[in-house]
Amino acid sequence: MKQSPLLSAENLVVKRGKVTVLNVDELKIFTGRTLALIGPNGAGKSTLLLTLAGLLPMESGKIYFQSRQVSNFSDFVMLRRHAAVVFQEPLLLNMSVEKNVAVGLKFRNLSRAQIKNSVDEALAYFGIEQLAKRAAKTLSGGESKRVSLARAFAIKPKIILLDEAFNSLDAPTREAIIDDLQNILQKTKITAVLALHDREETLRLAHDVAVMSEGKIIQQGTTAQVFHQPINEYIANFVGTEVILEGVVKKSEAGLMDVAVSGHIIEAVGDFKTGQKVCCCLRPENITVSKTVPEKISARNVFKGKVLKAARQAYFYKLTLDCGFVISAYITIPSFDELNICEGDTLAVSFKATAVHMIKR
Amino acid sequence: MDLILQGIIKAFHLIVSFDPEVISITWLSLKISGTATLISLFVGVSVGVAVALNDFFGKRLVISIINTGMGLPPVVVGLFVTIMIWRSGPFGFLEILYTPYAMIIAQAVIATPIVMGISLAAIQNLPPNLRLQILSLGASRLQMVWVLVKESRLPLLAAVMAGFGGVISEIGASIMVGGNIKGYTRVLTTATVMETGKGNFDLAIALAIILLLLAFTINFLLTQIQQRQQSR
Repeated sequence: MKQSPLLSAENLVVKRGKVTVLNVDELKIFTGRTLALIGPNGAGKSTLLLTLAGLLPMESGKIYFQSRQVSNFSDFVMLRRHAAVVFQEPLLLNMSVEKNVAVGLKFRNLSRAQIKNSVDEALAYFGIEQLAKRAAKTLSGGESKRVSLARAFAIKPKIILLDEAFNSLDAPTREAIIDDLQNILQKTKITAVLALHDREETLRLAHDVAVMSEGKIIQQGTTAQVFHQPINEYIANFVGTEVILEGVVKKSEAGLMDVAVSGHIIEAVGDFKTGQKVCCCLRPENITVSKTVPEKISARNVFKGKVLKAARQAYFYKLTLDCGFVISAYITIPSFDELNICEGDTLAVSFKATAVHMIKR
Repeated sequence: MDLILQGIIKAFHLIVSFDPEVISITWLSLKISGTATLISLFVGVSVGVAVALNDFFGKRLVISIINTGMGLPPVVVGLFVTIMIWRSGPFGFLEILYTPYAMIIAQAVIATPIVMGISLAAIQNLPPNLRLQILSLGASRLQMVWVLVKESRLPLLAAVMAGFGGVISEIGASIMVGGNIKGYTRVLTTATVMETGKGNFDLAIALAIILLLLAFTINFLLTQIQQRQQSR
């Protein structure tokens, strides 16, 4: 990436009282990309988000926005005008939905027509045009969340920062809102920083991941990099033990999809549209290996794979296999012995189409 | 019983006949207490909001003082205002003792801490992140304060009610700094005290009823606004 970052931070230190709550050496956020901040509670995700938005006083450090250092008061006002924060709680004002969405635009003294246009557009983004005249406090949790997102997008920010935006929503609502957000981020190409709690959300929404712990960023990279090489146990648990393969849906028919992964086709259950970018997640315990290619087997996916590594765990072996894409399989110790597996062997690898967990990218 | 009944009948008569003296006393009460409430609203809300939004050394002490001020005894206020504007006092040159201006000042001193305390609590009761949310939407500091004040409009209306209710019914300070001069500084409360003292219970009851009606009407109107906002 040769381009200069939209927003970056150097040696950021934020203290609460005498305690250092944030200590970030370096963070770069590039235009059009979505960065997820992950880490346990109290790791400093919210603090970092608010500091980047110019809302918290820093002890020391530098923030650059569009390659210019944000230093004096008016710089911070400028940064705040271009960065929109969506908090965990919707924080709607006690007025109608459309007035809430218009609030940021009113601060900018725009004309009535401009405000109306932007408000209508933002409401449409989140499919809440019908709520325009409703009083904000009569809304449900999901509706409030949509309004607070629409309010942030209405000001057409250069960067949007979401703090645990999907907590406290029920599963279907959460799904629907994430879907919308994903579409909007793709369509508008607005740069985003999201403090997230969930691996699936991270996989769906983020290009890049920064892992935080005790106020520091301890790992940073693309989502694939971080998920493939978790550097500590927390991340390993967070990303799960699943193998994650990036691919594109080539065919989708009657609930069964063909997904192209590194030149191979994996069959999976689901009904995403053709051309949809996806992550295929496979749990190692759902992978079966055999010496010869099995015949008349119900599993839809059978590949040949070379054993790269066989690592003994407490009660089973973890095999790392190269089938053109790399996957892991757990097999019991008796099976390992009976099949007489050695590193370098070529085995048949099979798994069911229903064992593939698909996540939209 | 007869006394009360007669009093009420006389009172009714005075009210419906628009007795000029009763009208002028009522009107003066409204003017003085209304002006004092407006002043207290302006000072109380600005200081209350400023204290709520800023962190500084001794903030808790300041809040305690404001809260104590909410229960300031009117006679104490009357005493201090009298001393201040006494001919030989620091503001004696203004020559406003025993004028409606002195009464406005005294009543404003009584109402201001009430409005201040309620608006301070109202702003502090807003969600802590709301300020940051408003700033992050691009508000200047002044715009942010304005949004917060609008957001606390219901408790602020309550503050107006409490402030006005406190001063319209107040007597100690009014009589000390105003002096109950007929046609000049005589208001509903001071007149009621005087008429009671003279044994003119009918007139006293009439004045008392008007005072009650006035307090009720103002509060009823403000409650209407408040409840309409609430149910929106």
